[in-house]
Amino acid sequence: MVDITFGPPPGDRPDLTNPTAAYIHQTRRKRLYGFILLILFVALIASGFQVAEDRNAGGFLSGLHQIGAFPSEVISEAWRNRANLPALVIQHFPSLIETVNIAAAATLLGGLLGAFLALGSTRHLARFPALTPLFRRTADIMRAIPEIVIALVLIFILGGGPVPAVLAIAFHTAGALGKLFSESAENADLKPVEGLTSTGATWSQQIWLGIIPQVAPNWLSYALLRFEINIRASAILGFVGSGGIGYDLKLAMQWGGGKYDQVVAIFALLFCTIVLVDQLSGYARNRLVKGH
Amino acid sequence: MTDATPFNAYAPTYAKVQSQFKSRRLTAFAIPVLLVLYLAYLFISFDISGLAARARMDNARILLADFVSYKTHVTRDNRSGQLSVTIEGESKATFAPNQYPDWMTTSGDVTNIDLGQGNLITYDAQGARYIVPGYGTIDIKPDGNRLRLIAPQPIPNWINVTDTRISVTTPAGRFAYSRSKVETFKYQPGWELFFFTLDSPFYGKSYGQLTALLTAERIDPARSNLAYMASEVWHNKMWHHGDVAWALFETVLMAFLGTMGAALIALPLAFLAASNFTPIRIVRFAFRRLFDFVRGVDGLIWTIILARAFGPGPMTGALAILLTDTGTFGKTFSEALENIDEKQVEGIRSTGAGPLQRARFGVIPQIAPVLLSQVLYYLESNTRSATVIGAIVGGGIGLLLTQAIITQKDWEEVAYYMILIVLMVMAMDTASGWLRRKLIGR
Repeated sequence: MVDITFGPPPGDRPDLTNPTAAYIHQTRRKRLYGFILLILFVALIASGFQVAEDRNAGGFLSGLHQIGAFPSEVISEAWRNRANLPALVIQHFPSLIETVNIAAAATLLGGLLGAFLALGSTRHLARFPALTPLFRRTADIMRAIPEIVIALVLIFILGGGPVPAVLAIAFHTAGALGKLFSESAENADLKPVEGLTSTGATWSQQIWLGIIPQVAPNWLSYALLRFEINIRASAILGFVGSGGIGYDLKLAMQWGGGKYDQVVAIFALLFCTIVLVDQLSGYARNRLVKGH
Repeated sequence: MTDATPFNAYAPTYAKVQSQFKSRRLTAFAIPVLLVLYLAYLFISFDISGLAARARMDNARILLADFVSYKTHVTRDNRSGQLSVTIEGESKATFAPNQYPDWMTTSGDVTNIDLGQGNLITYDAQGARYIVPGYGTIDIKPDGNRLRLIAPQPIPNWINVTDTRISVTTPAGRFAYSRSKVETFKYQPGWELFFFTLDSPFYGKSYGQLTALLTAERIDPARSNLAYMASEVWHNKMWHHGDVAWALFETVLMAFLGTMGAALIALPLAFLAASNFTPIRIVRFAFRRLFDFVRGVDGLIWTIILARAFGPGPMTGALAILLTDTGTFGKTFSEALENIDEKQVEGIRSTGAGPLQRARFGVIPQIAPVLLSQVLYYLESNTRSATVIGAIVGGGIGLLLTQAIITQKDWEEVAYYMILIVLMVMAMDTASGWLRRKLIGR
């Protein structure tokens, strides 16, 4: 109580008669805290790395010199059989198309569902404002479930093939896009909606004519970004479970030596596709958002 | 004539507006048509029409039933007469004869099982009987090498009869008789043995009894009852709570090490790729292409390459995340560096600061918010990726999940892991959001 009334003893107080010293004192203390935080952070990373290394089959240092061994083995074998490469690229091209199709279908489906979730969870726009928290939580949960969980369960029910992958990626995409869509719809201008309301437009007309034209460029750009991510996800899902180029890659990898030319062909296809789609969608997004 | 002149002056504009409207209308029409065409193509290429034939709805039923219920097997070996009562047919969950659940009784050769709602099953020396309410008694007696069935005619389709095996499926449970054994499955809601297994001294106790035990005399003199309980739960042989907790920790660890490591590596490299810090064009170009390459070679490919060098485990997963995100961070950080305000750097320079000091006091404070929010966002999203990568490199909760799914019978464990994964990702989401608000105030 005495401390509160009279403040800390004079020695602990910044000495205001000498502002420079007080400033330096304060800065030193701030730096000290920053330094302690940094030490803690480094210690956390170092100990985490130690734990991860202990639970790993091979150590970091013992594996480091082998890091080039596998790629060089693969590349040297592929180089010996380089004559096969064009034929292999053509052979695996349909799987690549399937992977891209999975990503596109999942983005379309997820985008559509995400748009509904977004409209349901945006204040001022929702048809049933009382339900906005429900829509938000739904999107959160859909976003939190990794694709692989749904894909593996669906493979058990639907069998292999692209459909489980599409549904799994679409589910996650709907949650992720629902959040982004709703953020950009929140910033939309409500004046067109007011104008439409005054003419007696229904809710769907207000949204379709008043909100969608405003948010369309943003939404499309988010959907394109998601498409890039989904191509990667679709390749990974193929590797873990169902169709597409990921599955081809897994088969070729399981075979081991002798099929490394296939591995290289698939790596090359995947790499080129990802880079190409990244470039195209980056260009398209720039045009959509900045208008040039 | 005088009226027409202004009109003619506007004519080109009018025509332009008309043609613009026309092309707008055409696009508004063409985009949905193209979408529908694409969807039709997908419909054929994905063979959606054949999907119904391939779908295994019985699998879906098993899965959903297993998510929320468990089954107890009551099996008698018809040759030796040996009776065994197990949960999900697992030998490590076998009831001892004095532990039998209260819905069954045994005396000598006779075993009575009450499946509820009047469904009664009796095993005895002659064979077995199943009384189905509203239908009658199904009486099965082995007769030489064949099974003789006495049941009200006609035999309904939920009773499946062959010479060597008779099985009955009712809403109350399943019953099967073959020459070698007779088996009854009783379904009950919930996840059984979630806390204590059958061999634990705490099995079957209510919460009240357990609370009372906390202060009671020690069961194991070496440790308190609370410590004993905790260890029984942690080492649960059916659910492996200890291993699951480790797996979750491993997954978060992979995400944390990968993201933080990538940020630490990408930050200095980003200076080399930013045009206002690296005037040498060729260096800038080289680093930008390096980032693009690392990003373009997908996480999947890095995971495979690294798994060959370091073997399976969480460190391999962390390194795969680290490599991929170094590319992403390098790109975003260098863009943030190019957008900084030069005046602050100028001010620091005027005090005679060297390049490192200029970077530390003039640049870092400006890009810190962008940097932190990026890193925290990726920390959350990488927790999800770490689940998938874990399934490939063999570490963390992803591995447990894929293993549980591949065995195709422990669906309650799959449900448990799914719930844990969702909770883990949401917890990381909340934590990173909280940190972001604390550190950068938005």
